Amino acid sequence: MTGRMVNISKRWGFHGVEALKQAGPLYKLAMGMLAVMALAGAVVGIHGFFVGYHHVYGVTKQIPWGLLISTYIFCVVTSTGLCIISSIGHVFGGEAFMPIAKRAVYMSIMFMLGGFCIIFFDIENPFRMAIWNVISPNFSSNMWWMGTLYGAYLVFMIIEYYFLLEQNHALSRLMGFFGLVVGIAAHSNLGGIFGMLHGRPFWYGPYLPIYFIFSAAMSGGCAILFFTTLGWRFNPEIMNQRMERAVKAVTQVTIFLISVIIFFTIWKIVTGMVSEGKHLIIMSFLTGDYAINFWVFEIFLGMVLPLYLLIRSRGNNFNLILTATGLMMVGIFFMRYDIVIPGQMESVFHSLGVVEEAELLKYTPSFHEIMVSLFGLAFIGFVYLAGEKMLNGHQLEKHEIVPEGGYICPGCGAIHFMEEGETEEEAMKRHHRIW
Amino acid sequence: MKFPKINLDSLKNEGTESVTNHERRKFMKLGLAITGVYAGGKILSLSSSIGTAHASGGTEIVKKYPYNPHYSMVIRQSLCIDCEKCVEACNKTNHVPDYGYRTRILTKKYSGTLDKQVEFIPVLCNHCNDAPCVRACPTVATFKDPITGIVRMDSKRCIGCKTCMLACPYDARYFSFERHAVDKCDFCWEERLSKGEKLTACSASCPTGARTFGNLTDPENIVFKLVHQLEEQVWVLRPADDTKPNIFYMKGNMLSVDNILKEQKFKYYDPNKV
Ligand code: SF4
Ligand code: SF4
Repeated sequence: MTGRMVNISKRWGFHGVEALKQAGPLYKLAMGMLAVMALAGAVVGIHGFFVGYHHVYGVTKQIPWGLLISTYIFCVVTSTGLCIISSIGHVFGGEAFMPIAKRAVYMSIMFMLGGFCIIFFDIENPFRMAIWNVISPNFSSNMWWMGTLYGAYLVFMIIEYYFLLEQNHALSRLMGFFGLVVGIAAHSNLGGIFGMLHGRPFWYGPYLPIYFIFSAAMSGGCAILFFTTLGWRFNPEIMNQRMERAVKAVTQVTIFLISVIIFFTIWKIVTGMVSEGKHLIIMSFLTGDYAINFWVFEIFLGMVLPLYLLIRSRGNNFNLILTATGLMMVGIFFMRYDIVIPGQMESVFHSLGVVEEAELLKYTPSFHEIMVSLFGLAFIGFVYLAGEKMLNGHQLEKHEIVPEGGYICPGCGAIHFMEEGETEEEAMKRHHRIW
Repeated sequence: MKFPKINLDSLKNEGTESVTNHERRKFMKLGLAITGVYAGGKILSLSSSIGTAHASGGTEIVKKYPYNPHYSMVIRQSLCIDCEKCVEACNKTNHVPDYGYRTRILTKKYSGTLDKQVEFIPVLCNHCNDAPCVRACPTVATFKDPITGIVRMDSKRCIGCKTCMLACPYDARYFSFERHAVDKCDFCWEERLSKGEKLTACSASCPTGARTFGNLTDPENIVFKLVHQLEEQVWVLRPADDTKPNIFYMKGNMLSVDNILKEQKFKYYDPNKV
């Protein structure tokens, strides 16, 4: 590049495999275990692919979407959420949110890839998809839009991340904006896949597309807090005043979003109780098969407890934030499961009053399904740990990594480079050109 | 043809007040008028509006069905005895594996009724005119045949996302591992109709004539006659989903229906008897 003879690794804050080697034994052990889990999951998945999914998966003719779809949704919801929350800072200029951008965008890409890993083993003919999605598109199909929009989203996020590393704020901002727009379109469309199945009253309607966006933002806030405070446990140096302020701001937003989702959930339950098509499913949440999922995981671990803990943390008790968001991640996982599976458990012929469909349908994830989900999740965990070390905690302000010709921008805290003969101020203006 | 005369038409008509104008109009468009609602509004009874149209004035009648031949099936529910010969014939003809089905027979039990305690309801793909499965499929692997209206599969395009299985309100689809694609009833298009046969395997094998299959646009055809009569109610399953299904249901045990099939005129009033 233009005369700046700066080592890429230094420019990008890339510490490489060296950094991994210096990691502590426990860290290495954790990474090793995640790698083994991911590998094992992939092997089990490939085994299923060859023997045939119908022999090894728990999904049935009447419950064709199982754990894999719900884990996939968990991943893409989190990915979109990371994009939404981080965009407050580096797209819309909310100063307090800026320091989280690099980690958030990195994790957003990784969650998306993790989701794709999982869905690969759910789609029966993934290789056909690449061909027929292109040459035989059905524009009225939400499923087609999902593939297309998430594909575009991933591309934008990767380009954005590149420009973030390159410190090109103007372009990263532009790409971040496109990524956000496409991401929101993709994500509400994912809700639309469910919301447009009008034979399924539990899903049908505009509720899910809207809920998915807010719920994604909540998951995003939670994920940022979780991964940032976890990163802080590994390397306390990543916290500085700007980062502390960012964590506080994200905590506030997350508290707000949890309240919004509580509100959504209450109305889902209350309206569902008086709807003939939803009543059975809602009752199974309240008192039936899904009561533990709903009350313990979705409500208590997913919302109420984290809400209390986050408020208690005041945004600066990082250990408390870590606990709260860790529990919340588990709760959110169940939240996704509780959308996908129960929506299918009332047969379409149940209301006909026939003997065959009198009972609610049952689904239990099989060993293969659990392992394939683990493949995606362990992959995400592994690349997170690798990223914390190799990308030096996604830091922007590290004096040691400021290379020759660079300086720390007083505005955004990033490292900027001066062109020949430029003053610092001119360089800053160039970097922060508004589009 | 001779059909057992079981006069078991025992469901209570709950009246049509609960049917919204919107729904009513939609059925009118199909050329059918609503005459009753059964089982908590879940089954909507329809009857041809041909006869009523003139009386009421502004009713829309479909003069032309959208396809020709417009294949359709009328199931005379009271004639079904759950022998499952149709299911057997379908499985054999279309190589349906044991984990899937293209058609099946549902059982409905009653207590406290005087005539019968059980009814059998054959179900299959409704070849919906507004098919949700066709809308949902990302790759047009499932499509509405522009000539016959049969909802068919182009197996090589199916990516196996299974969205169509959830989109279908009639549970008519399953994933076939042999075909590497979703499989469903195609009115035996591939195995029979396209080879010149006139009936589907199920209707050909039904010993009681419960499944009548044919062309809805042909006034001489049995399905045309069964749908375009006023005496006995005709309904579709899950009308609220508004998919414009092409499988019609009726009890099918009334003398009037037999008379139509025997090409006799109705005799409501005999002047010699007064
Ligand atoms: S019954 Fe189901 S499979 Fe058949 S056309 Fe309608 S939606 Fe499609
Ligand atoms: S499973 Fe096959 S036929 Fe069904 S929606 Fe997906 S691609 Fe289309």
